[in-house]
Amino acid sequence: MLGGLNTRVMLEYLPEIWQGFLSTLWLSAAGFLGAMALGVLACALAIQPLRWLRAPAVAYVDVIRATPLLAQLYFLYFGLPRLGIVLPEMLIGIIALSLNSGAYMAEIIRSGILSIPRGQVEAGMSTGLGYMQRMRLIVLPQALRATVSPVIGQTIVLVKDSSLLSLISVVELTRAGQRIAIDRFMPVEGLVATALGYLVLYYALKSAAGAWSARNALPGRG
Amino acid sequence: MFWFYAERILGYWPVLLKGLGMTLGLSLLSLLIGAAIGFAFGIIRAGGNRWLSRALGLYIDLFRGTPFLVQVFIVFFILPAAGIELSAFAAGVVALSNLAACFIGEIVAAGLKAVPQGQREAALASGMTPAQQMRLVLMPQAVRIVTPSLVGQFVLLIKDSSVVSAIGLLDLTRSGWMIVQSVPQGLMVFGTVGLGYFIICYPLILLSRRLERRGQDALL
Repeated sequence: MLGGLNTRVMLEYLPEIWQGFLSTLWLSAAGFLGAMALGVLACALAIQPLRWLRAPAVAYVDVIRATPLLAQLYFLYFGLPRLGIVLPEMLIGIIALSLNSGAYMAEIIRSGILSIPRGQVEAGMSTGLGYMQRMRLIVLPQALRATVSPVIGQTIVLVKDSSLLSLISVVELTRAGQRIAIDRFMPVEGLVATALGYLVLYYALKSAAGAWSARNALPGRG
Repeated sequence: MFWFYAERILGYWPVLLKGLGMTLGLSLLSLLIGAAIGFAFGIIRAGGNRWLSRALGLYIDLFRGTPFLVQVFIVFFILPAAGIELSAFAAGVVALSNLAACFIGEIVAAGLKAVPQGQREAALASGMTPAQQMRLVLMPQAVRIVTPSLVGQFVLLIKDSSVVSAIGLLDLTRSGWMIVQSVPQGLMVFGTVGLGYFIICYPLILLSRRLERRGQDALL
């Protein structure tokens, strides 16, 4: 099946694929930044004591986690223009990716913070540290360390999810691969090139996570 | 204005219901097939044969490392080139069960590795064959460990099934996409679609959390 792969056509379209690869890269980077910002915010709101601030953060995380990204993407894509908000598809895509991954990032950071044994917080209290000092000196340094691997894991999901933006006609790696399929009627060549591009990103992120946790693993914790 | 459109969207309830049924059918069928293959994958991945385990690991990486949309396209456009014609539904089931098998395989392998080594040694010492060790000692404990993750995986499957709408399968997302062509109210239409997913997925998320908590209590 792959023996008849037309590598000449794949090479001919290499510039398009490379452009698509770069687009996927920077769409994912933008989505990652948005997701981290939203994740930190939602997590901060979810763990503080005021109930009326906690409720919206928890609702945000639950609603996102219980619905598919594609439905969220269409919600914004078909919905925003009716509210008079006309944005380029690319921006809608980045917003959807950020909103979606932000909910998962919030959960990851939250479970990182909750994994700090209660005794450490109490020890901080008894040495006279205030809330912010305890967070800054005791909780966050350990919590963030426990968070790095799952955050990279979610980033892998984010990179793959960015392929859905091709469905609202954002030109990225998946869409670039479709060009070969449409122009030359060669879906196999286009899809193989696309898949290879994503695999490069996957293995890069996966080995980064592996290298990081090999060097920085906390004794006794993953 | 709101009620006018709400009424029009609700007028499409047969389409929405059909889409919901398709989403449920596709994900359930894929869960069953994917779990059956996934448990076999898990046993191989946790098992003694290193080369077999590595080869399977590579296969699993191929699917964990590429977007599900690309996988759906591959099944739908490349398999016909090899002489296998598939309907959108069949292509969806093939792609989704394969993805499920890959993820469940890794979950089950981790569960099997989490069973304390002494259990296996004890089973060996009581003269059990490897098959008996797996069936009577290791697997029952691994299943308890992985159940919360399996429920979580089902939620992911239901959500991923929405991607199959890209090849024209009339699932819940596709029904929303069709309705929005004639009722141009994206927020309301996809709000309704989202509600459909939420009603199925949210109880499952709660169940998974509860099982996880119970599992932790049991370990203490």
